[in-house]
Amino acid sequence: MNQLFDLTALELARAIARGDVAQSDVIQGSADCIAVSDKLNCFTAISVSDPIAATPDSSLSGVPMAVKDNLCLAGTATTCASRMLRDFIPPYTAAAVEKLLCAGAVCMGKTNLDEFAIGSTSETSFFGPVKNPWNLEYSAGGSSGGSAAAVAAGLVWYALGSDTGGSIRHPAACCGVTGMKPTYGTVSRYGLVSYASSFDQIGPIARDAADCAAVLDIIRGHDRRDSTSLPGPYPSLSAQLTGDLRSVRIGIPDVYFDEAVDEPTRCAILSCADALRRRGATVELCRASGLEHAVHAYYVLACAQASSNLARYDGVRYGCRAEAAHDVQDLFVRSRSLGFGREVQRRILLGTYLLSDENYDTYYKKAVAVRHQVEGAFRALWHSYDLLLTPVFPGPPPKLGQKTNDPVALYQEDRYVACANLAGLPALSMPCGMRQEGLPIGVQLLGPRMSDGAVLNAAFAFQQETDFHRRHPPMFGLGGDAE
Amino acid sequence: MNWDVVIGLETHVELSTQSKVFCGCSTAFGAPPNTLCCPVCLGLPGSLPVLNEQAVELALKAALALNCTVTPVSRFDRKNYFYPDLPKAYQISQLYAPLARDGHLDLPGGRRIRISEMHLEEDAGKLHHHADRTAVDYNRCGVPLVEIVTAPDLTGGEEAVAYLEQLRSILQYLGVSDCRMEEGSLRCDVNLSVRLAGSSELGTRTELKNLGSLRAVRLACEYEAQRQIAILESGGQVRCQTCRWDEEARRTVPMRDKEQVGDYRYFPDPDLPPLAVGEEWLTHLRAEQPELAHEKAARYARDWQLGEYDCATLTSRRGLAEFFEQVVALGAPPKQAANWIMGQVLRRLSADGLAVEEIPMSARSLADLIRLVEQGTVNRNTAVEVFDAVFTGGDPAEYVRTHRLEQSSDTEQIASVAADVLAQNHKSVEDWLSGKEKAAGFLVGQTMRALGGKAPPALVGDVVRQLLERERS
Repeated sequence: MNQLFDLTALELARAIARGDVAQSDVIQGSADCIAVSDKLNCFTAISVSDPIAATPDSSLSGVPMAVKDNLCLAGTATTCASRMLRDFIPPYTAAAVEKLLCAGAVCMGKTNLDEFAIGSTSETSFFGPVKNPWNLEYSAGGSSGGSAAAVAAGLVWYALGSDTGGSIRHPAACCGVTGMKPTYGTVSRYGLVSYASSFDQIGPIARDAADCAAVLDIIRGHDRRDSTSLPGPYPSLSAQLTGDLRSVRIGIPDVYFDEAVDEPTRCAILSCADALRRRGATVELCRASGLEHAVHAYYVLACAQASSNLARYDGVRYGCRAEAAHDVQDLFVRSRSLGFGREVQRRILLGTYLLSDENYDTYYKKAVAVRHQVEGAFRALWHSYDLLLTPVFPGPPPKLGQKTNDPVALYQEDRYVACANLAGLPALSMPCGMRQEGLPIGVQLLGPRMSDGAVLNAAFAFQQETDFHRRHPPMFGLGGDAE
Repeated sequence: MNWDVVIGLETHVELSTQSKVFCGCSTAFGAPPNTLCCPVCLGLPGSLPVLNEQAVELALKAALALNCTVTPVSRFDRKNYFYPDLPKAYQISQLYAPLARDGHLDLPGGRRIRISEMHLEEDAGKLHHHADRTAVDYNRCGVPLVEIVTAPDLTGGEEAVAYLEQLRSILQYLGVSDCRMEEGSLRCDVNLSVRLAGSSELGTRTELKNLGSLRAVRLACEYEAQRQIAILESGGQVRCQTCRWDEEARRTVPMRDKEQVGDYRYFPDPDLPPLAVGEEWLTHLRAEQPELAHEKAARYARDWQLGEYDCATLTSRRGLAEFFEQVVALGAPPKQAANWIMGQVLRRLSADGLAVEEIPMSARSLADLIRLVEQGTVNRNTAVEVFDAVFTGGDPAEYVRTHRLEQSSDTEQIASVAADVLAQNHKSVEDWLSGKEKAAGFLVGQTMRALGGKAPPALVGDVVRQLLERERS
């Protein structure tokens, strides 16, 4: 059983298809593993979906996976790790989840996250923080911390996350797994509980780039239920994984390779560049201007949208309702004060302030202008480069409890990843080294809109050259053998 | 002092789509509470709006008929506020780039009322207040509305009503809305201020709400204008506030000061892409636009010499005007067709409780009946009898034949019947001879009756008079 955990999702699906292993054994192995991994706090709910007979050509049929708990699954509580939605059971399933289930995926449960996906340490969850499988004193990153930790610990073979300002890539880097935020509009948001609609995007967290491509090939595509969904075409991403990087030009923008980046991270990224060169790519440091204010604009726009998207939780129709309200206004105030945690309340207040009549022009409109500037800055870079290589964050992953009292410092760290959301770009994070303290280091690859295949291929090439993606925390896969 | 009243109207019109503006739920009126709802119109987490193209098309038809400039790329914005009837806590509307701007509507008297803008938005739900609780019905949530905003060009309650009537006629003709005020598919808020006659500066305005009928609009405008004038003449100042029209007390009641009105924190809705309306679409819609009521009325007056009242009545509903035009097209003289429709057809519709769109009689049938009268086959009274018989179906000529209703123009036969009548009514003959003219009418009537009505009344009159003259000599 144990060696099954070393397989990638694609390899496991093939093993199941060949009959080398029974699907029921695989599901049981995963369930056993999850059962003894309580301490990671990866899951908000464990409930194994009934396997659907998938089409024979499905590449991931029978493979256990997990879904971030801000994605709706009909009949199962979708909590967003918030007291507000603790008991909310949606009557529908998110488009991306539905597609995976139809392709034979087995959903093992819903994964923990920062409340409403707002945060980058998975500590704001109503159910408590997710712990990093490499070191339980560290955060798993966020907001898709539960998904990243579950994959890193070998509890499932891949998981869905959502990425609004780095929420797939950040925890993937913290946990040493591969996570991909695809081009905005390529995966339907139908059934994803909105945080900041113009940035939210669903994507996979998996063991390597090939698995990410396989998941994306299933979940990508036009969906008329999401008006921001792109019409396509959607060529196979897996088919673009040649590992050949000849004539691929990769830039390392100076703004993201600054003095804040610590030595281990810097070294890991430079050796990543070498590995990419060995595959035929040219990699060089490059000047980039116009990206400096991206993270500030991101926070203005994200908070503004969050304040509106989260306004519907008022205690009237579903969700947390406070007792003893003396009128309907009081019901709103009490229910929202009770149902939302501190960080969510902070962002709602910020967003409400930013959208007010007197601040709209000063902040919101300016942020929109910065967003256009950022898009322009990237367009300029694409003249000279096919892809960019940057850190995901500049130092070690956050220790649990370390930065929860300094939100602005935490917001600043999102600057390496939030720019991709601002411009709607595909961006991937993958492990590229280890810190002395035994924690993984991540690196980010990003490309122009709709270059998801090129981004994945660069990661695929890197992973052919190296084995960081095959390194696992000591507890990996122990669930099955623990008893 | 002389005062001018300045009024601007904000009219919400429900579009006649089958389904809601951002989901597939039905827009039917009067369904049991909360039976026409889905995750989208209830704003459940994870649901997303998808724009109903039919709603856009109807709104565009209205925009074109109101002579507006359609915005090439309009956008949807969120209007954020908390209220139990608003499930997402924001209304999807259009503020920064509305669907259309800068139009106008010409009143029947020729005055031009400017339309400053019109935009698409979704309706909210409805609260039902009970003694101990309030219930919410979300059926209306997401019903498509257009809001049509005029410039402050209206000068009084009468004119406001004239504007609304004209607007209603246009929208009904276009099939954009049924505009039923009593069902709330046309709702109107009034912005009213007064200023010294001749002044060009606008006074402080109040907004009037809860206007459930055209009459309420007129009365509220008149009341509010007098109220404001009284305040200003006594040296006071009008407060900028929102008032509710109290139908029973027939007065406006302050609801809240405008300054206290919330900040709606409008911003572009990130769930909906900008709405691009190409010239091709507009050209197609322009070509499709039907002739409107005032255009028809002008044509009836010009081509068919119909009077103003006839024109107005016939064009009051598109269905009626179209029926009229069909009857004329089948050969009926316009004036005869108009008289029949405004008289008998409307009488029967009202008696049978039918709408003008539901005339059971075919235009062909009415045209045939008019021809029978014109040709002298039946007289008018008989024709009304035939009309009632064939109103719900049937061929008039066939009916006349089978019931032997053809009138006789055989003078000898009429004279013989009339001679009998005179013989049986000596008293009346003597009355006539002694100068009582009325008596002749009675004798004509009796002769008509004896003929079973099947003779031209004028001919019968002539024959009776000839016989009477003979008596005199």
